[in-house]
Amino acid sequence: MINTLRILTMLAWRNLWRNHRRTLIMLGAVVIGVWAMIFMTALTMGMVNDMIEDSISALPGHVQVHHPDYLDDPNITNLLPLPEEAIADRFRSAGFLAWATRIKVPAVLSSERESRGVTLLGIDPQREEAMSFVDYSAVEGRFLEGPDDAGIVIGRKLAETLETELGKRVVLMSQDPDNDIADRGFRVVGLFSADVQAYEEQYVFAGKKTVQDLLRVGDRVTSIVVLGDDYRDVEPVFAKVSALVDDGVTVSRWMEIDTYLGTMLRVMDGFVLVWVIVIFLALSFGLVNTLVMAVFERVREIGLMLALGMKPSGILGQIVIESMMLLVTGLTIGNLLAWATIKPLESGIDISVVAEGMAMMGAASVLYPQLRFEDVILANTVVLILGFFASLSPAWRASRFQPIEAITRVN
Amino acid sequence: MNLVLRLAWRNLWRQPRRTWLTTGAMVFSNVLLVFMISLQFGMYRLMIENSLQAFTGHMQVQAQGYNDDKKMRQTVPDIVPLASALRSQLDSDEVAARATAFALASSEERSYGIAVFGVEPRFEPHVSSIPGLVREGRYLDSNEAPEIVIGKVLARNLRVQVGDELTLLGSGRDGSFAAVVATVVGIFDSGVADLDRTIAEMPLGLFQDVFYMRGSGHQVVVNAPRLGQVAELKQRVAGLLPEDQGLVVQDWDALLPGLKQAIQADISSAVFMYAVLVILVAFSVLNTQLMSVLERTHEFGIVLALGLKPGRLGRLVMLETAMMGTMGLLLGALIGGAVTAWLGIQGFTMPGMDEMGAKFNLPSRLHPDVTIASLLSGPAVVFLFSLLASAYPALRIRRLHPVEAMRSA
Repeated sequence: MINTLRILTMLAWRNLWRNHRRTLIMLGAVVIGVWAMIFMTALTMGMVNDMIEDSISALPGHVQVHHPDYLDDPNITNLLPLPEEAIADRFRSAGFLAWATRIKVPAVLSSERESRGVTLLGIDPQREEAMSFVDYSAVEGRFLEGPDDAGIVIGRKLAETLETELGKRVVLMSQDPDNDIADRGFRVVGLFSADVQAYEEQYVFAGKKTVQDLLRVGDRVTSIVVLGDDYRDVEPVFAKVSALVDDGVTVSRWMEIDTYLGTMLRVMDGFVLVWVIVIFLALSFGLVNTLVMAVFERVREIGLMLALGMKPSGILGQIVIESMMLLVTGLTIGNLLAWATIKPLESGIDISVVAEGMAMMGAASVLYPQLRFEDVILANTVVLILGFFASLSPAWRASRFQPIEAITRVN
Repeated sequence: MNLVLRLAWRNLWRQPRRTWLTTGAMVFSNVLLVFMISLQFGMYRLMIENSLQAFTGHMQVQAQGYNDDKKMRQTVPDIVPLASALRSQLDSDEVAARATAFALASSEERSYGIAVFGVEPRFEPHVSSIPGLVREGRYLDSNEAPEIVIGKVLARNLRVQVGDELTLLGSGRDGSFAAVVATVVGIFDSGVADLDRTIAEMPLGLFQDVFYMRGSGHQVVVNAPRLGQVAELKQRVAGLLPEDQGLVVQDWDALLPGLKQAIQADISSAVFMYAVLVILVAFSVLNTQLMSVLERTHEFGIVLALGLKPGRLGRLVMLETAMMGTMGLLLGALIGGAVTAWLGIQGFTMPGMDEMGAKFNLPSRLHPDVTIASLLSGPAVVFLFSLLASAYPALRIRRLHPVEAMRSA
């Protein structure tokens, strides 16, 4: 049995190179196809990954806790029904990667020249460093130093629009729970930059304690944000958080808060599979064609083998093995080529010419391709399995030849 | 039928399975290309039209620099006379002036930062779909009255209904404090989340008083009858503007750069995918034609020895490819066109279309539309690359020596 297999393998390998031009052309097609599958997948996955990581760092976190009405109506009246101390007592020892409490409400920020609507974030900077989209050390000026910091940190782009700069004063207006206007002057102590430019215009950061005093909410907050290990697998964190809080609040996963991105993740995973299959189908015509030709050229010799006593299954095996060898060789080279072209690009592809378009899709202007092991496995498996089935038909046909007819056939 | 044509046709069917498989590869790619290209361009058109119709318009007259900075004091002076002059000179109603400011809108219970627009109630309905989308109450009808129309989401967030009052606080053009109390007379539902959440419209006359605009505004929206006429109309409008006021005309791709770039980014990734498909088909053709030439070495040797020029044989091979390519093109365009047209009538949806549609102003059911361009551009490229691929086997014939070729099996 092993011996037969060895002979068949050797026969198949030698047959493959009898018509080296045809094999090389087909090999070229397989290599290009496999390369395109993996390359495109890496670009797509890279883009989705960037989008999701950017978005999660702006939410931030994988799981959030709010008042049941807050997500629909992000207002200061929809506070969590728990004082901060009680939250801290429960979350402190739960072993999350990072967690924080914060106030997130709409506000208007005015300089002496311009006003803009913004989202005010009252945060404890130390707690959020691990999950924020702001790189604290890259902030021009300084980032907030603690929850009672009296300064405000705004985005570079917002500073430009408001025509303000470091050290200048701006006025922040929002409402307190009784809908009295709450306003206060802040000194701009830091300017942050973000991968997604819209964040620079949307978010402003102030100390949580300062904001609580301004909005007259005591020690209450609007959100608890929790970071887990992996954005694709948030269920453990979700379960743990749900167990920690009371019934009167809503616990949400990131894909429920940002439904667009949650959908994108699913759609893109599906797209990758469709793309791999489409490329394979385009390849399969050539593959079957090559095998049909190979069989056609060898009718007489296949007949002779059958006449000499080779079993039809031997013929079948020989041709399937020949096809698989072609595919495996193509896959190997294609994988290497994909790896070789993606590696140098991993430091990022600059696509800032379409930056605002990417921003509209929710992506940053630098694309980091992501070569994921499971995508490579997916592409290779699809090619091998479907390739196997595609080669069955010509191989089956060859194994059914009548020896006498085949030997006497004239090409 | 001409002799050469008949010869090529018969050669094609010496190996029917091979010919069908190669044609099949072409048809497969062509069907896919026709469908994808139709879908893509149908989607782009909808994205552009829906985004522009709602509010932005085809083009806007603005102060130089306003489009980049959106600053309150980058104004168009005497904007109402300018708009009416444009209306009469262009002989079109689709011209309307606007001014805009950020303000804190407060109801009894809630306060939100919003973008307030001062609009001309008479002409705004000609350039924006918002007036027609007022679901409760009515649109503005006077140029001075303290009235305001807001989006549905904003109304919900502010907890106001038609008839309630809103207080707007902001700063005027000169930086001074501006405040007004206005009655909500209408609530619109545009379906574009951004507009429904952040926009309020009030009469331009009132706006100019409250925000100390002294007759100025920020944008004159001008619509062309069709998207294709924007460039031409932009030229005309630019020529009609008063000189020395630093006014410029911005067309939609400057107003919404994200839209055009999102389309460009999508096109470039699509082009990559199409290119891979076309190349794979080309390889298939190359393989087939090379095999068919190599098989016929013996026979080519004989006809060469009989005095046929190698160039003619090369042309014969190209002709065979062209025939195969034509079959692929016709069948592909036919099947692709039929499938796409059927889906165009039925409409179809993809998983996730709701969320993506909301992001790009698309309906959740798509109707790809087949045009001559979307039907033929993809298949034509496939045809061209197939011909290109068979150039190598065709040229190989020139290297044949009749005697050696006749000796080969």
